Amino acid sequence: MNLTLKIWRQKNANDKGQIVTYPITGIEGDMSFLEMLDILNDQLITNGDDPVAFDHDCREGICGMCSLYINGEAHGPDRLVTTCQLHMRKFKDGDTIFIEPFRAKAFPVIKDLVVDRSSFDRIQHSGGFISVNTSGNTQDANSIPISKNAADEAMDAATCIGCGACVASCKNSSAMLFVSAKVSQYALLPQGQVEATDRVLNMVKQMDEEGFGNCTNTGACEVECPKGISLENIARMNREYLSASLKG
Amino acid sequence: MATLDSKIPEGPLKDKWTNHKNNIDLVNPANKRNIDVIVVGTGLAGGSAAATLAELGYNVKAFCFQDSPRRAHSIAAQGGINAAKNYQGDGDSTYRLFYDTVKGGDYRSREANVYRLAEVSANIIDQCVAQGVPFARDYGGLLDNRSFGGVLVSRTFYAKGQTGQQLLLGAYSAMNRQIGRGKIKMYNRHEMLDVVIVDGKARGIITRNLVNGEIERHSAHAVVLGTGGYGNVFFLSTNAMGSNVTAGWKAHKKGAYFANPCYTQIHPTCIPVSGDHQSKLTLMSESLRNDGRIWVPKHQKDVEAIRNKTLKPTQLSEEDRDYYLERRYPAFGNLVPRDVASRAAKERCDAGFGVNATGEAVYLDFASAIQRYGKEQAHIKGLNENDDALVKSLGKAVVKAKYGNLFQMYEKIVDENPYETPMMIYPAVHYTMGGVWVDYNLQTTVPGLFCIGEANFSDHGANRLGASALMQGLADGYFVLPYTIGDYLSNDIRTGTIPTDSPEFEEAEKSVKETINHFINNDGSKPVDYFHKKLGKIMWNKCGMSRNEKELKEAITEIAELRAEFYKDVKVPGTANEFNEELAKAGRVADFLELGELFAKDALQREESAGGHFREEHQTEEGEAKRRKEFQYASAWEYKGEPKDAVLHKEELTYENIKVKERSYK
Repeated sequence: MNLTLKIWRQKNANDKGQIVTYPITGIEGDMSFLEMLDILNDQLITNGDDPVAFDHDCREGICGMCSLYINGEAHGPDRLVTTCQLHMRKFKDGDTIFIEPFRAKAFPVIKDLVVDRSSFDRIQHSGGFISVNTSGNTQDANSIPISKNAADEAMDAATCIGCGACVASCKNSSAMLFVSAKVSQYALLPQGQVEATDRVLNMVKQMDEEGFGNCTNTGACEVECPKGISLENIARMNREYLSASLKG
Repeated sequence: MATLDSKIPEGPLKDKWTNHKNNIDLVNPANKRNIDVIVVGTGLAGGSAAATLAELGYNVKAFCFQDSPRRAHSIAAQGGINAAKNYQGDGDSTYRLFYDTVKGGDYRSREANVYRLAEVSANIIDQCVAQGVPFARDYGGLLDNRSFGGVLVSRTFYAKGQTGQQLLLGAYSAMNRQIGRGKIKMYNRHEMLDVVIVDGKARGIITRNLVNGEIERHSAHAVVLGTGGYGNVFFLSTNAMGSNVTAGWKAHKKGAYFANPCYTQIHPTCIPVSGDHQSKLTLMSESLRNDGRIWVPKHQKDVEAIRNKTLKPTQLSEEDRDYYLERRYPAFGNLVPRDVASRAAKERCDAGFGVNATGEAVYLDFASAIQRYGKEQAHIKGLNENDDALVKSLGKAVVKAKYGNLFQMYEKIVDENPYETPMMIYPAVHYTMGGVWVDYNLQTTVPGLFCIGEANFSDHGANRLGASALMQGLADGYFVLPYTIGDYLSNDIRTGTIPTDSPEFEEAEKSVKETINHFINNDGSKPVDYFHKKLGKIMWNKCGMSRNEKELKEAITEIAELRAEFYKDVKVPGTANEFNEELAKAGRVADFLELGELFAKDALQREESAGGHFREEHQTEEGEAKRRKEFQYASAWEYKGEPKDAVLHKEELTYENIKVKERSYK
């Protein structure tokens, strides 16, 4: 396959940045999208040019480090996969592919396609936990039965990898899907009840302070989420928030 | 020179840990506020240790090279975590978990450490549930279990095929609570490039900020490494792209002995290599062997037909298939330990029965599981058990509920539907049992330098059992290190903050900068990956699933030559003062090029076969690993300038509570 890549290049956070065109040849369908970029970088380095910076680590769709806005979609055209698991068989010979960073006010660009997502971490610091110290004396794991449905639903929410595709896909750069996944996981489990009120209030407050936008129920986040996190979580967070505000 | 004292406490095995905890020194809560601890790595071991130390009151500085602690590679662990809870009432106990682990490790692990691991395993599950980890449950609301290789009980707790993710997010949430309180200062996108020794004690580290290239000095009263394994010395492995040995290797160069580097786990069920472009390999969880059956065709003509695509594997009748694990190991069948399953796959493929174009793949087939589950469901629902289509669709639904995310992952990568046609799998490098040598307190041969999780060597011997890595990482971080480090730190309550302007910090920073400048200014012609891939080929071909004297000797020479070529001809673009991934990679590959040589030297020295280390010269008539009594020790290597000059120290392994036998899974 021969392709034309149009890649966002930006030297650092202060640089203005621009799209640069790179032709690439000899790409096979079995290659992953990032392996295709490896080949490009190999050529750039050999020619004495600066390779394209992009975040990646596990390359099996679970660490949440890879990002990329490909042809206008977070993680590209395939569904329920991250960029590292997107394969080139989804493209055709002669295609032009636009590759940009995840864009949001709360995700400033570090270099090229690498963005700073530490705002997500700070939201978690504000309440994404259950306050239980490690002691070795915690009660037995089976002492509180949890219905299979609740456990499964909590697991579905907990499966979020924190990649930020939801923010990048949202016209308002809202982080509601991400935050609601964490709020939901704990809201669905008995262990999460004790701190439920403070948790949702604090996490939402931090989310707003980071500069993420509001949710207007477009649903793009759910479509682009590589882990299939459901919009129902946002509804659940809104309920939790409302009831916490009344109590709070 | 440091001596090798394992510091195993006196007394009967089952009382050692309790007695030890009762006898070691503690630091009072007020004094803990005056003590700083550095934790490098935020996976299950590092993350859980950082959180627990902060809960206890120490000032923790935690470091990871990823953009968030949540991305450490523990997150990719799929299948589960072992714990001796005996919730299934199937005869499990602390002793049995201990026994299985020592036997699975082919009698090359330290008895006292393994028993302690089994002992605290049950606490881990309690702790994680309290944190809100959504483990799988059955309809009664209690925790569910599955089986893993090498054992005869169901003791593995799991969260779909994403157990590592959920446990890591649990540890991450515990860290977040402490970061929010200011007890952990988190340094993301920071790479440790050296450990600083002051007056013989580890007192800090030198790091590089990966965003702006700044070299920083960080001091503490103790340094903990939870930096994972070194499987990427093979280039292709199931590790993350960034996983590296640098922290452990720098510690080694500063006096920490490196133990059993040759013990590598080659995992039997990974997606086969598809071409030269490949950057990493993807694991298919061992849990699949609960239900999947492994086979190759019995006849060469069918192999040819399958490779030519004139025959589909589903068309081959039962009698024309060789379920070689079930044939060779009737007692454990498809659930033999990983080293055994991997070698058996290699044996069949070497004999010419590999089922893909490269001849390096075997089938993992779910057809009979789909049938079995389908019939069961039809029976439960009172439907027609003889309706093939119905049974198949019911069976697929069960398999999907159990392994759905793994099947989806396979389909995305290979472009075949594993519900309809058997998966193709082949062994790949997955985990390293070797690592930095530590005593019972998890302290290295450098005082004040501790090493936990996969980065150390102690618990898995020559082969790790499935679902035991998560157990060890969390055991070390939550329940062992936070106690044992107190004993060391109790001497530091009056020390005060460690200054970073000492000559030792000065010297360490200077040497880090010199290496970086060498790479940046080098007038080379080839990218870092060129050398990494070459190293990987040498390692896989000559230090892989089977090893012999001739090839190991060749490997030692070739790696040394490659290392010289690397320093001469590597090309690193850009500058030192910016985001520069190639520069980071160059430093990591430089360390792999030294470790690789020590690895081969260790494999050459160990003239026996044990677990994942298979020397062709030492095998039974049936081709199984043959241990030798005279090698019943851990090899701890002392750094002496070049890998070839490393000096061997032996820690004799004694087994007082378990009879050393020939391992059999027949």
